[in-house]
Amino acid sequence: MEHATSMPFLPGLLLIFISAAFTDNILLTRFLGMCSCLGVSKKVDTSIGLGLAVIFVTSCTAAINYLVYHYLLLPFNLDYLRLITFIIVIAAFTQLIEMIIDRLSPALYNALGIFLPLIAVNCAILGISLFMISKPYGFVQTFIYGAGGGFGWFVAITLIGGIREKINEQALPKGLAGSPITLIIIGIMALAFIGFSGMVKI
Amino acid sequence: MPSIKTIFFDGIGKNNPIFIQVLGICSTLAVTNLLANTLFMCAGLIFSTAMSSLIISLIRNLIPARIRMIVQVLIIATFVMMVDIVISATAPDIHKFIGPYIGLIITNCIIMGRAEAFAMQNKPIPSFIDGIAMGLGYSMVLIVIAVIREPLGFGTILGHTLPAINVWWHQWTIMVMAPGAFFMLGLLSWIARLYLLGKEKK
Repeated sequence: MEHATSMPFLPGLLLIFISAAFTDNILLTRFLGMCSCLGVSKKVDTSIGLGLAVIFVTSCTAAINYLVYHYLLLPFNLDYLRLITFIIVIAAFTQLIEMIIDRLSPALYNALGIFLPLIAVNCAILGISLFMISKPYGFVQTFIYGAGGGFGWFVAITLIGGIREKINEQALPKGLAGSPITLIIIGIMALAFIGFSGMVKI
Repeated sequence: MPSIKTIFFDGIGKNNPIFIQVLGICSTLAVTNLLANTLFMCAGLIFSTAMSSLIISLIRNLIPARIRMIVQVLIIATFVMMVDIVISATAPDIHKFIGPYIGLIITNCIIMGRAEAFAMQNKPIPSFIDGIAMGLGYSMVLIVIAVIREPLGFGTILGHTLPAINVWWHQWTIMVMAPGAFFMLGLLSWIARLYLLGKEKK
């Protein structure tokens, strides 16, 4: 199996995207972003809205954190400050984007804006930044890795939203409704996503 | 004002953060395939929840309401950073596996939730107790899951091989992979809810 960073540039990027989205799905194999997933995935529309916002924020914050980590923290030997720095970057970025969208496009703000504060504390975002530093990627590759991770989350939460819409109409055993049945559905989906593993390796 | 004792037992029992509030499961599940990892994670979580609740409660009258989220996040991040440094110094092998997930304690909704819901309104000592109780309630669930997953998946407990492993038990690998964690948590929270629902009726 060829390593993605040793491949030609563009196919390498494609591989990074696919493996970040499917074989290494942030929700189904890394368990990240579960809180907001369980909270929001009751409907497909809201799932799509939050998913899109997550794709955007993960790719941008992964890229910004890459620059901060490699050009600010490492040269000054401040590696141990990475947690606090990453979380500040993420919080500041979501705040900034919220203000920009609010000013520029009220329609987009109504669609995405309400999800942005939720995102600042979504562990998938911080998780991508933390996993990113242990990978041998350059700047563009990190951006694609972030986008792929976000896309994987988007796919997973949208599918779960669709299944939950149907499940809610069914009569369930006592106590199973709500989060327990959702967790079991996610388990079955994770089982399906294991089928992707071994396809590519990053 | 509830007594210290009620605060303590509510956190472990009827207000259990994982089963009832469905908070903080993001970083929960990933570390439960080995009991040793789980124990380190739990110790870190109890320390950060208790200490950040204490500090936030001490300065609760000084924090301006508008920026309270970011102040809370920074305080939490500080304690998580300490945990990260201590674990990487004392148990580097374990840190290799659970490193990124320790960082994710920052975005663990339990800590933020308790800071917002309890520590901002209560005196330091009750907040500290509440933090410990919430951390213990969380740890209890994690440890139960780990105690089930590790023997089923690897045939070991805390790294010691179980006697049955070479005789008749075949390792059930799916239990230590992602789906196993989702199924276990789904089933456990179903059982917990059934029990609590039954209790309410009486």
